[in-house]
Amino acid sequence: MSDEPRTERARLAVAGARATTAAVVSGRPRKDVIKNTLFSVLLLVAILLALAGLVALLVQAFVKGRPDLSVGLFTDSGSSDPTIAGFKQAILGSLMLIAGVIVMVVPLGIGAAVYLEEYANSERWWNRLIELNIQNLAGVPSIIYGILGLGFIVRGPLDLGFIAFAGSITLALLVLPIVIIAAREAIRAVPPSIREGSLALGATKWQTIRRQVLPASTSGIATGVILAVSRAFGETAPLLLVGAATFVTFNPEYFSGDYTALPVQIFQYATRPQDEFRILSAAGIVVLLLVLLVMNSFAIWLRNRYEQRW
Amino acid sequence: MEARDIAASGPAGIPRRLEAASPRYGEKVIFGLLAGCAILSVVTTTAIVIALIGPTIGFFGDVPVGDFLFGTEWSPQFEPPSFGVLPIVVGTLSVTLWGMLFAIPIGLGAAIYLSEYAHPGVRKIVKPALEVLAGIPTVAIGFFALTFITPDILQKLATSAPIFLALSAGLGIGLMVVPIIASISEDAMRAVPAGLREGAYAMGATRMRVATRVVFPAALSGIVASVVLAISRAVGETMIVVLAAGSTPNLTFDPFQSIQAMTAYIATIATGEVAQGTTKYDTIFAVGTLLFVMTLILNMISIRFVRRFRQVYE
Repeated sequence: MSDEPRTERARLAVAGARATTAAVVSGRPRKDVIKNTLFSVLLLVAILLALAGLVALLVQAFVKGRPDLSVGLFTDSGSSDPTIAGFKQAILGSLMLIAGVIVMVVPLGIGAAVYLEEYANSERWWNRLIELNIQNLAGVPSIIYGILGLGFIVRGPLDLGFIAFAGSITLALLVLPIVIIAAREAIRAVPPSIREGSLALGATKWQTIRRQVLPASTSGIATGVILAVSRAFGETAPLLLVGAATFVTFNPEYFSGDYTALPVQIFQYATRPQDEFRILSAAGIVVLLLVLLVMNSFAIWLRNRYEQRW
Repeated sequence: MEARDIAASGPAGIPRRLEAASPRYGEKVIFGLLAGCAILSVVTTTAIVIALIGPTIGFFGDVPVGDFLFGTEWSPQFEPPSFGVLPIVVGTLSVTLWGMLFAIPIGLGAAIYLSEYAHPGVRKIVKPALEVLAGIPTVAIGFFALTFITPDILQKLATSAPIFLALSAGLGIGLMVVPIIASISEDAMRAVPAGLREGAYAMGATRMRVATRVVFPAALSGIVASVVLAISRAVGETMIVVLAAGSTPNLTFDPFQSIQAMTAYIATIATGEVAQGTTKYDTIFAVGTLLFVMTLILNMISIRFVRRFRQVYE
């Protein structure tokens, strides 16, 4: 049940009342007992089904991909011949995309969060609009970001062409709301007394934010950034629209030329009917999941290790 | 900071007004930069709308709006082409429906179990497991649906099941949204004050009665928000439907038919060999606009419900 602390008095009162009522209605109808048991069994089945789905997914990817799980995955290029095909360029491409995402998302996300938490007066309509807008952006389907990337970044106003940089911008815009929401929560958790102390000593608003608020909320912000980046790492759909769709047989560059990404390559191998490609695809999924597992474990560790209780 | 500020009273002992001695232009620049970061989100939304609307208007120059919204045949690649969007809208709704039939009972069951029944030790293990499930990339779930759910479960149960079918994608999507429903609903249930539960227990209510008659109604707005958000995610999901549901526009809710979802159509055309600027190419923007509007409405409903449950108990 709930683990909220209860006062001793309330606990005693509840226990007393229960005992009394239980005595009054003892010999509770058998139907009630059966119904209760059945209900708790159903709940257990629900949670076990969800966990079974997770376990089945992990095990199936590992079992199916095992024949191809070797160093060759990292050193072989993308190819239409499954015996020599690997993920080298795809992994390099993903690393480049993610580096770009981090560079863009950290300052922009923290900046927006600091503005909304420390400067914005939430009574003003424009600040409420920004807030609502960020909540909405968090729910826009990823493929719509792909259309944004295609129409605005690859072509149109920015006109960058189908390059990795354009892919990075698209992914950065996609995960920016996640970073902002997480950073806002971390900043909000810093108690006002810290700010007031700093301001009272004569620090300016920005000095207070830079030297007190941000250091105190670093672990929360870092956790949010890692979660956002791992989302970007596994994202496929928007990259299909901004050009990461071709086989790349040479090492990709960031500002010119074709590129691809690990999840995109996994998708392409999976759509081929031959089982050899599906095995390769499963091996790629194992790599993808391992990277994400490491990142997420690091985020959880960071959260537990540095979480500050005031 | 500066000590001279303290002594900064006026010449004849008249105190100066209480304002900063320096105009602090740096602070104003920083304010501007931070506000700029926040405004970028509004710019993003505007850019999305512009990127969608421009080609969509061009598309409706060639195809009447009524034919698009109410037409029952979707075959832009044939001659003569037909641009009735209903088959792929129904494809999306069908996958969403079957996904929700799986995910709502399981997600809510998991939420009630975690919030009302689970031992804290069990909860400590199950919650992170659900978080892991929430973090699995959808391309991996799509692959799982295509190479496990379809051949090893559905085709074993119904031997006539095709390679691509709506039910398989639906189950994959269900697996994807279970953690969303479970975690938001559980948050809402745990926000219900303990006093309400204790009151019911004191009246002799059983645990099931407390869960279904007290906690569930009290947390209802959070639960509705979680389900609406899950529907919005399901409607906008691409990789699972493109891998497992097929690419045949099919006006049916039959779970054992191959269908095409709106997102799958966009992904297929965008990766194909269609020339830019043609009516066929512009379909991805028209379908994208429809998808954007659908998810926008769902998100607004969800945000509204979340606000309501926050207001009541926090």
